[in-house]
Amino acid sequence: MNRGGRIGPPVVVCLPASSKEQTLAKRTRRSVKKTSATPSAASPSAKPAKSASGGPSKTASGSETPSGLGMGLAFEQPILKLEKQIQELLLLQETKGVDYNAEIKQMRDNLTALLKKTYDNLTAWETVQVARHPSRPQTRDYIDLMVKDFEELSGDRRHGDDKAMVTGTGRIGSHKIMLVGHCKGRDTREKIACNFGCAHPEGYRKALLKMQTAAKFGLPIVTLIDTPGAYPGLGSEERSVAEAIAVNLREMSVLPVPVVCIVIGEGGSGGALGIGVGDRLAMLQYAWYSVISPEGCSGILWKGSANAPDAAEALKLTSRHLRELGVIDEVIAEPLGGAHRNPRQAAVALERYIDRTLRELKSLDAEKLLDLRYQRLRRQGAGALVE
Amino acid sequence: MTQLMTSVKPLPSQQPSVSPARKHVDVPAGLWLGCPDCGEMIYRKEMEANLHTCPRCRHHFRVSALQRVNMLVDTGTFEETDKRMTSSDPILFNARKSYKQQLLEAQKASGCGDAVITGKGFIKGRPMVLAAMDFFFLAGSMGSVVGEKITRAIELATAERVPLVIVSCSGGARMQESTASLMQMAKTSAALARLHKAGGLFVSVLADPTTGGTTASFAMLGDLIYAEPKAMIGFAGPRTIANTIKVELPEGFQRAEFLVEKGFVDRIVPRGELRSTLARAFDFFGR
Repeated sequence: MNRGGRIGPPVVVCLPASSKEQTLAKRTRRSVKKTSATPSAASPSAKPAKSASGGPSKTASGSETPSGLGMGLAFEQPILKLEKQIQELLLLQETKGVDYNAEIKQMRDNLTALLKKTYDNLTAWETVQVARHPSRPQTRDYIDLMVKDFEELSGDRRHGDDKAMVTGTGRIGSHKIMLVGHCKGRDTREKIACNFGCAHPEGYRKALLKMQTAAKFGLPIVTLIDTPGAYPGLGSEERSVAEAIAVNLREMSVLPVPVVCIVIGEGGSGGALGIGVGDRLAMLQYAWYSVISPEGCSGILWKGSANAPDAAEALKLTSRHLRELGVIDEVIAEPLGGAHRNPRQAAVALERYIDRTLRELKSLDAEKLLDLRYQRLRRQGAGALVE
Repeated sequence: MTQLMTSVKPLPSQQPSVSPARKHVDVPAGLWLGCPDCGEMIYRKEMEANLHTCPRCRHHFRVSALQRVNMLVDTGTFEETDKRMTSSDPILFNARKSYKQQLLEAQKASGCGDAVITGKGFIKGRPMVLAAMDFFFLAGSMGSVVGEKITRAIELATAERVPLVIVSCSGGARMQESTASLMQMAKTSAALARLHKAGGLFVSVLADPTTGGTTASFAMLGDLIYAEPKAMIGFAGPRTIANTIKVELPEGFQRAEFLVEKGFVDRIVPRGELRSTLARAFDFFGR
């Protein structure tokens, strides 16, 4: 009981500390800069490799995962290796004054080809891993990158403030909006404060309160979905996260303003849907969305998480599948090699989608909007019915 | 399916008219069975005559959707809707077992197309629309068919301006239809928003168990929420919670009484009192 309480609500101050956000923004900006200059350098392996010495031969042996958060996904290893080699060659060129331009160009071409080949052929399970990549931009990164004049609003005015859910006002493109999104946290302290993106009932109630405020003032709503699922714990059940989600589903369906929902990373079941009912549902290319996590599905069918890759395949949880099934309206393309390679570019794509979609939805009056929203929901699953 | 039209008077003293072929699998076959709650050996016929409750301790046994309809609705008044609706297996789910196969087996065992029976009828002479979920059909899980049938039931109650009763008994959204199942939560809740706006009465009755996506959608949206005694009601399963927080769960956690205490269920209604309680609610809130 204590334990649940400890993990639970307020405790640590989470993100508002601006210094952290600035570093994060700086980091993303830095990596973006590099990427645009050299399509290679991902933020992960930025510096460490060198320590003088060593030619490409020594690098080749260094196939270990880059230091830090264990950022190397297994299937990305050849890519990371190539990126590292390019880095080292650049360094060598700089320090020794030798001209490696031809080699570097060749390697960059190879890298682009490899990235394309790898990312064009991701399995469902690999997609899940990309969606969970430690460097994948999160709601707060997108806020930094695409929301102007963001002002955070806290608390559900009933129980507390859930750090796993961020809500606030700002501008995207030409639109004043209310933004609602899951927060996973970046470092350990943030992650714990955010419960790794698993919201409690107060998170969903906060989201609804702010959305209803937006509706009162005619402001459109943008929700960014990125959660493994709602928090499974004592406090969560005592305050009925089920009721909180259920009320959100019902009330979001009648908010008389445009509501655009985008899965930016993980779309874990009811916890995702709890801020996911609107006029449009889109997904970033390498996000996933499913009724149950691959591990959970594997646990039910195979008694253990070892078969998560099979479960991921069976659940048809990728953006491509869900577009084909008509569950989502649009797939927002990610930069080559995933959003974590170029957060800025991902944010631009997201911003463009939101700006365009809100423009479209704003042309409808509230009655028409709600009617279309209901029809959209009403069609869900129609393809599965045999009468 | 014909049995649906031949429901008996659902008074506690009487035995519901369920043909032997429709008997659910919860209770081991035989004349006698042990009550899982008090441990007493009880005579099956007596248990069944008591609306499937233990004559000693009142333990509520799980009942099929059909049995529920029979014990709740005035005899001979139930008109089932969308009886033949089934799932096409939209994502061809085939992991370990094929969903198609599971569906066929469940249909054969239950005589139902999917995990819910919907229709209209009367309770103590009062018209209403009923949806009763069936835990014996793939754990009462909600896929596209359950979502659609419940949505249509909600729309029917809205159109005919009669009370809506949904008896939930479900493990949650159906894994085998993945995101389509998830979307049924949104669909049913959106339909309830319309019923709500139209001023319709919705009584949600929670039976053991009601969990996952079912709880997190229509089940928790009743104007009135009743629960059967000791019914397990929650979002995450107790095992998931215990695994996540690594603590022992308190006694009675996620039971109906716990939810009353925490403020999420209006009242516990024993099975034998449900008909009269519903009738009173219809009269009081009805238009």
